Order: sequence, then C-alpha cells, then structure tokens
Amino acid sequence: MGHAHRLYRHGESPVHRLPPHCKLLAAFAFVVVVVSTPREAVWAFVLYALLLAGAAGLARLPARFVLKRLVIEVPFVAFALLMPFVVPGEQTEVLGLTVSVPGLWGAWNVLAKGTLGVGASVLLAATTELRALLRGLQRLKLPPLLVQIASFMVRYGDVVTDEMRRMSIARRSRGFEARGVRQWGVLAKSAGALFIRSYERGERVHLAMVSRGYTGSMPVIDEVTASRAQWAYAAALPLLALVVCLVGWTL
Amino acid sequence: MDPVNRPSADPARNPPPSLEVSGLAYAYPDGHQALFGVDLTVGRGERVALLGPNGAGKTTLVLHLNGILDAGAGTVRVAGLPVEKRNLGEIRRRVGIVFQDPDDQLFMPTVREDVAFGPAAGGLRGTELDERVTEALEQVGMAGYGDRPPHHLSFGQRRRVAVATVLAMRPEILVLDEPSSNLDPASRRELADILRSLDVTVLMVTHDLPYALELCGRAVILSDGVIAADDRTQSLLCDEELMRTHRLELPFGFDPRSVKVT
Repeated sequence: MGHAHRLYRHGESPVHRLPPHCKLLAAFAFVVVVVSTPREAVWAFVLYALLLAGAAGLARLPARFVLKRLVIEVPFVAFALLMPFVVPGEQTEVLGLTVSVPGLWGAWNVLAKGTLGVGASVLLAATTELRALLRGLQRLKLPPLLVQIASFMVRYGDVVTDEMRRMSIARRSRGFEARGVRQWGVLAKSAGALFIRSYERGERVHLAMVSRGYTGSMPVIDEVTASRAQWAYAAALPLLALVVCLVGWTL
Repeated sequence: MDPVNRPSADPARNPPPSLEVSGLAYAYPDGHQALFGVDLTVGRGERVALLGPNGAGKTTLVLHLNGILDAGAGTVRVAGLPVEKRNLGEIRRRVGIVFQDPDDQLFMPTVREDVAFGPAAGGLRGTELDERVTEALEQVGMAGYGDRPPHHLSFGQRRRVAVATVLAMRPEILVLDEPSSNLDPASRRELADILRSLDVTVLMVTHDLPYALELCGRAVILSDGVIAADDRTQSLLCDEELMRTHRLELPFGFDPRSVKVT
C-alpha cells in the first residue's frame, strides 16, 4: 500500500500539485453546479462528463482506473433503475416494458448527477493524498474537532483492524467458529470488547497529546497556501460547468 | 517559593536540579492512596532508574511530573519551576514523557508531523520547526523515515520515534516508561546506545533490571508509595534482602556483581 490510501494514484501532474483546499473547493463547487442543473438539459450533462474527462486527462489518470472506482456507485444505480417502475404518473413503453415517464426522468436525474458527483470525488481522491486532504479541510476552517476525528481515523484505522484480527485469531484458537445465529452473542461481545479497548486507547492517546502540550487544537505543522494562479487553475472546472449550467437554465 | 531554601550560588553556574520532588502524596478520587510522601531529587545530566513492583505507584508518580495529576500534598519542581497550573505549558515542554506503547505516543499521520507536534504546539513554525524535527530524528537514527506513517515501522523503530517526539521539545528531563518492553535484543541495545548518546537527564521507569544497571548509575525503589531505597544501581541489585522485600527479581542466571559498571 505504500504511504497512500487505495484511492490515491501517485503522480506529478499539474492537478496533483494543486493545493488540497483549492481542489476540495473546486470539486465541491462542481458538484453543486451539476446538482442545480435542470434534468431536462441532457446535453449539459454530456458536457459536464467531457469536462471531468478533460480534468482526468490533465491528471493523467487512465480511463480504466477511473471507471473501476466508479463501481462504488452501483447500489445507487440499482435504486435509480427501480424508479421507472414504482413512480406513479404517465406511462410509456420502453423495450416492451411499461414504465412511468416521471420515473424515467427521476432515474436519469439520479444517475447523471450521481455519476458526475462520484466522478469528481474519484478525481479528487486520486490526485490528493489523505494527509493533504486533511490539511485542506483544516485550511478551509472545517470545525477542528471534525478534522481531528478524521485524522485519528486515518492513523488508528489499521491499529484497530489489527486488534480485531488478533481477537479473531484468539477466538478461533480456542475452537470458536461463527456458524450461525447462536454464535452472534460471542461476536457481539467481541465487538463490545473492541470498543472498550479503543476507548481506552483513546484515553491513553489523549494523555500523550496533553503531555506534549495539546490544549484543544492541533498546531499547524504544514501551512498550505495557494497562489492566485493555482486558485484560477482549480476554478476552471467549476466555472466552465457554471457556464454550461446557466445556458441550461436559459434555453 | 521560600528564599531560604533557594540555592545561594549563581543559578547560571549552579543550575537547579532537573527534578525535585518533595513530600508528594496523592490519593485517587476513589480513595485509593497511591503515594505517601515521595522525596526524589535528580541532578542535571543524571540517569536514574525508578524501580518497583507493580502497583507501587510508579505511573502515578510519572503523571505528577508534568502535572497530568495534581499533587494532593507536596511539590514537584522541574529545573526550579514548580509544577502548577499556570506553568503547565512550560512544564510539559521541559518534561518529555515517553509512554510504554508507541502506538499511543505516535498519533499523527506521519513520523515527521508527529515529531513536529510538540514544538509546533509550543509555537515553532517554518524552517525552525523543520530543523528541530530533523535534529530529533537524527538523534535517534531515524532521519530517513520522516514521511512514513508510524504503523509501517517496526516496533523498535516506533519506540525510537517516540523518543524523538519528546526530544524535539528539547526537554530538561526525559521520562521513559518501560523503554525496553517488547523490544528484541538488537532493538534493545540500539535504544541503549541512543539513550547513552543523549545529553539529557533521564528518569527511567523499568522492570528490566539489567537494563537499569546498564544505563543508570543510580536507582531508586518506589514501594508502597514511598521511596524505599536510593543508591547506586549495582549496590541495590546486589542487596538480596532489599530486593526480596520489594518483590524485585533478577532474571535467571544474571549476577549483578559480575558486571563491570563504568
């Protein structure tokens, strides 16, 4: 895994080099613009997709890489596919199936906007390291407690998983096999024990933090700054999208 | 501060001891009394081992040194500065505690950020901060590991980084809680070499008696909440009667008399 998370793809592209808070804001603005586009302007969504593809190209992300990560959307797709059959309204026939017109539009709406949103997130995650994302959030003045919680998740996720694995080995070493409902009690107790262990670790970590001068806020160790040019570069994607959106509303 | 008790000599030439604990007593909120009047002075540059059976109050004592626990009675001074609420920031910079589990100590996403945490909390920024981090990592031989996440290091490496995280604060006294626990013999020796190379006062809490003998010229035994003995480490370990009284045992086959202490 190296030092990065699985969504990250190491690179030296101009998109990779952008400061994290610029990318965060750009991705967020892009999603907001996409969501506020009228669903009837089908061509607008095609343009958005092309814009995203262009950004992915600049970031030198292979199409396969991006498409594979879009798979996370599948549960939502399933939901969207259901809509034409359950939403009441005017009926029409597609491929011999009776479906509702508002349902079709609803499905298209969820599918198009969802895919574009996931695409923007994949792009952000693939070009920004987790640590940088956290620094970006800190810079954007997200409530510091939330940033700290996220950063501890990053740090201690593996530690807790490891603890869980050791407990599972200990269980199995004493002849335990999770075969059915009757064993759920044991699993629930293990989960409880894991929670208590993590809670106690939290207390010890807090002690170690206080001992090194923690007084409630994380000191800024790496200042993230962005030049005007970097802001402009990052703003290109949402601004172009905004133009498309405005045209979509006026047409 | 009683002026009569202050050293009369020039403090620059005759610095106050790194650590002065006097009459320290403490009872936990549930009523269990852990310390009954501890007196302990550790001079500048000394390395002292704090020995004692489980439940003797060692951890409780350590948590008083940087004001995590408030003394019920008695005082603690670090290089002359009393441990009081208004001094806590400076006290925590002066007292570097290395906790037993490096996973508790290393809580930042990367080694570099973790080592930077203490000095950054103290207000250091920019190149000064970078220099401090590099210096601390070099002192423990981990200079090339700044960008690694702590959980990708070996246990011995993590322990060394944990030492660096407090060295970066340029502490007056380094307090190590069981520094040799869970280390393989090679990591144990490497850590000993590092600790010997540092120019800093050390208080080492340990059950590892050979390690205490190897690193600390002086040792104290904390037992039932008081300092029961304070002497050269070798003399303490050779006193079989004393050792038995305080449930201290040497590892099989280890004879402290046979060791040449420098």
